[in-house]
Amino acid sequence: MAHGGGRVELRGVSVRYANAAQPAVHDVDLTVEAGEFAVLLGPSGCGKSTLVRTINRLVEPSAGTILIDGVDVRERDANDLRRGIGYVIQAVGLFPHYTVAENVAIVPGLLGWERPRIDARVDDLLHLIRLDPAEYRDRKPRQLSGGEAQRVGVARALAAEPRVLLMDEPFAAVDAIVRASLQDEIARVHRELGTTIVFVTHDVDEALRLADRVVVMNAGHIVQADRPEQLLEHPADDFVRNLVGVDAATRRLALERPLIER
Amino acid sequence: MTYLFAHSSRVGGLVGQHVVLVGVSLAIALLIAVPLGVLATRNARAGGVILAVTGTIYTIPSLALLALLVAAIGLGPVTAIVALVAYAQMILVRGVVAGLGGVDAALVDAARGLGLTARQTLLRVEFPAALPVILGGVRVATVSLIALATVAAWINAGGLGVLLFEGIGTDNPDKIVAGALAAAALAIAADLLLRGAERAVRT
Repeated sequence: MAHGGGRVELRGVSVRYANAAQPAVHDVDLTVEAGEFAVLLGPSGCGKSTLVRTINRLVEPSAGTILIDGVDVRERDANDLRRGIGYVIQAVGLFPHYTVAENVAIVPGLLGWERPRIDARVDDLLHLIRLDPAEYRDRKPRQLSGGEAQRVGVARALAAEPRVLLMDEPFAAVDAIVRASLQDEIARVHRELGTTIVFVTHDVDEALRLADRVVVMNAGHIVQADRPEQLLEHPADDFVRNLVGVDAATRRLALERPLIER
Repeated sequence: MTYLFAHSSRVGGLVGQHVVLVGVSLAIALLIAVPLGVLATRNARAGGVILAVTGTIYTIPSLALLALLVAAIGLGPVTAIVALVAYAQMILVRGVVAGLGGVDAALVDAARGLGLTARQTLLRVEFPAALPVILGGVRVATVSLIALATVAAWINAGGLGVLLFEGIGTDNPDKIVAGALAAAALAIAADLLLRGAERAVRT
């Protein structure tokens, strides 16, 4: 069920919130290639969430241009645009009065898919995220564990075969063991589908583990955008060196262990 | 108690009138309060005005409001319904505002991020999530209106207040007790029914 990835280009993107002294995002250039897994890494308040939310127009930049597959996102109706981009957030945000299947079916429903196609798609997606449809289809969100809920959140985001998936600290609210298994799942899903993923985290290990390329941000700027090994071996400045930390050597070792196939 | 049982069919008829008065008022009141409540949550300035005005209406003594409305509209159930609708606004609007304001912001963010329009988000996500709180407002409003509606008999609008006013006029405490008991029973029944509804819509 691979549906491939879109190319996301940010050109000179700035975001300035009203009443804020400093822009949240300042003149950012970044191209995420088709099928790439890019992780935006930085401390809270560095602008990484704001930046990712400009891609699906939940935040409108005060300057700059964003292109997906060469098309300016502002040329498209914001709701149509969002239906074509997966979106996963830390709080999951499953609709509490919908079943698991109804939650996953939201975007296909908005797009007017036929019922049998939606039903088949829901089952495929539940298989993809390893939740047995027979058991989980009709559950309500409150009957799910935190990890299960976020799996459903991922399935819901992927339902309409988006070419770009935005994930804003998706695994920050679950415990370490569940987080590791969710990381394995998203890495596998990325390999299987080839979707372009823009993933936000403040967790260095998570970034190094998942990313094709880590984009380190600080105070609204991109400090360094590099492959994980490059980041550890050649940090661009003291900020990056401190971020990856004194554990850089251990982290390099961890990268060499085949925890996940790259 | 003797009046209640000796004239149960008359009391039943008055209960029916009372239910219609309150039911019609409540339905009209909701049609006004829901859009007002939505507007109040979307626009802070409008919200301030709406809450101030509905709050002020609520402080007007019911007899005074009825007297003013009789002068404007005349006697009868229509006047009573106008008064009840006006009184219900404060409670209902506050319920809608509290309900919508209490919806998890992440839920709305997820909905907008999936590509639901503002209207779809309101109808499919915010209202269902706010429903228990909104129904709480409906319950309090209903019980208040059942009590207030007894005054409607004073302007020939019928209902259980008829027994109270007749009882006072003819010095017949049994009639007063019958009217009071019937109104109280109605209020308790409505309260229980709506509590059940609140529980049923809680996720």
